[in-house]
Amino acid sequence: MKQSPAYTLYHPKWYRKRVSTWWWTEQWRSFKFILRELSSLAVIYFVGLLLWLLWSLGQGAESYRDFLEWMKEPWMIAFNVIALIFVLYHSITWFNLAPKAMPVRVGGKRLPEWMVAAPNYVVWIALSAVIVWLMLGGD
Amino acid sequence: MAKTITLEVARYRPEQDAEPAFESFDVPLNSDWVVLDALNYIKDSLDGSLSFRWSCRMGVCGSCGMMVNGDPKLTCATFLTAYDPGPIRVEPLRYFPIVRDLVVEITDFMNKLKAVKPWIVREEEKPLAEGEYLQTPEQLESYKQFSMCINCLCCYAACPVVGLDQHFIGPAAIALAQRYNKDSRDQGAEERLDVLSQHEGIWGCTFNGECTRVCPKNVDPAGAIQQYKIKAVTEWYKSLLMPWGRK
Amino acid sequence: MTKRSNEPFLWSLFSSGGMIAALMVPILLFLFGLAFPLGWIEAPSYGSLLKLIAHPLTRLALFAVCSLSLFHGAHRFRFTLYDGLQIKHLNELIAVFCYGGALAGTALAAYILWNIS
Repeated sequence: MKQSPAYTLYHPKWYRKRVSTWWWTEQWRSFKFILRELSSLAVIYFVGLLLWLLWSLGQGAESYRDFLEWMKEPWMIAFNVIALIFVLYHSITWFNLAPKAMPVRVGGKRLPEWMVAAPNYVVWIALSAVIVWLMLGGD
Repeated sequence: MAKTITLEVARYRPEQDAEPAFESFDVPLNSDWVVLDALNYIKDSLDGSLSFRWSCRMGVCGSCGMMVNGDPKLTCATFLTAYDPGPIRVEPLRYFPIVRDLVVEITDFMNKLKAVKPWIVREEEKPLAEGEYLQTPEQLESYKQFSMCINCLCCYAACPVVGLDQHFIGPAAIALAQRYNKDSRDQGAEERLDVLSQHEGIWGCTFNGECTRVCPKNVDPAGAIQQYKIKAVTEWYKSLLMPWGRK
Repeated sequence: MTKRSNEPFLWSLFSSGGMIAALMVPILLFLFGLAFPLGWIEAPSYGSLLKLIAHPLTRLALFAVCSLSLFHGAHRFRFTLYDGLQIKHLNELIAVFCYGGALAGTALAAYILWNIS
């Protein structure tokens, strides 16, 4: 039989399970959630990268060229692939959650969620296209 | 030989156990049986000492919430056949103290619920002679979803923040606060904001979204909370930029 | 209990930063992290990129991207540390570390962007 606990007459002994520090590894769903939250680190990394680019640009043509060379390093590319995956995960989960925070009502009825999420994607693609165009030397 | 399915039920008897343990029972696998039926079968025929809460057995009272294979569910709405061949693990709702077997202690939630004042708050009641408070279908629509909450606490069992921070007021309490905030008859939004715009209130929520996924009544507490966050932010900036508004 | 908890302000930084990051970061990271180095798209020359970025509006936009994204990341990381590792007792320390870091990054961004020309 089980060991004898401290059962006090008239006072129930409630059992409280401790939540483990590794609670987020117990289910795939929780793990995905923590990955989503950790995408914030990829965003911070990108800002660092951007500041490095801007600083190099400010230092002159030689510095800018060095920066571009650094970007070609294989480990840099590998790192950026991983960061890009996380950053995309952030964008997609962000746009998909937007409708929950901002329900849009038209004529009394609530719009289906994909209809509220879709404009976000459209803006995202349009903005990205504009940036690529600017980089290609557009006016 | 009729088909059976095994239920692994968490047992905890404070008078003899130091911690919960699983006990296996074989129950008939009837096509129209839910987990609650299986538990009642166990109690009626196999072990009368099994303790659990239930009442309406049709998904409106919120009494029979339990963890079924690690997921919070209403046991009166969870069919055995969905888990064939089993076994089905039945445990008490996660993140609550266990009183006995599958029964949990929910007084903490009741206190949190009371704190958000889940009733119509008015500065002055309309005199009876003036008749009822009228509400258009659109006004009803704006809060109806949040009024569907049956306090089953499945959302609390699903929310990691509830598990990690015992002061967190939790999804259902916030959803119910919103139910009243958005009710056109209510005038208590400011009072509730004082209670909820705290770290233990809405700001503890990280929009995990599990609460909405597990809710058996489609209340969408996560949506309620995010909408409330936006409201709280606009109120904050308003009180910063136009401080004369507040009484 | 006072209504004026700082959280609404911090959350407004988090959510605007999240939106800006979601819209701007993927394409920029793709371009400078993959497309240019791997030669899929020709990297802009020093002159043309400088001309593009030196424009005050561009610099303002880039400042907003940097600062708000940093605060977004700081806020989210703060909650992840708080919840994920259950180190609640280090609450103040975590907040100072996260938001302080974001402030430092913002100052750095301002300095770098100011000095480009």
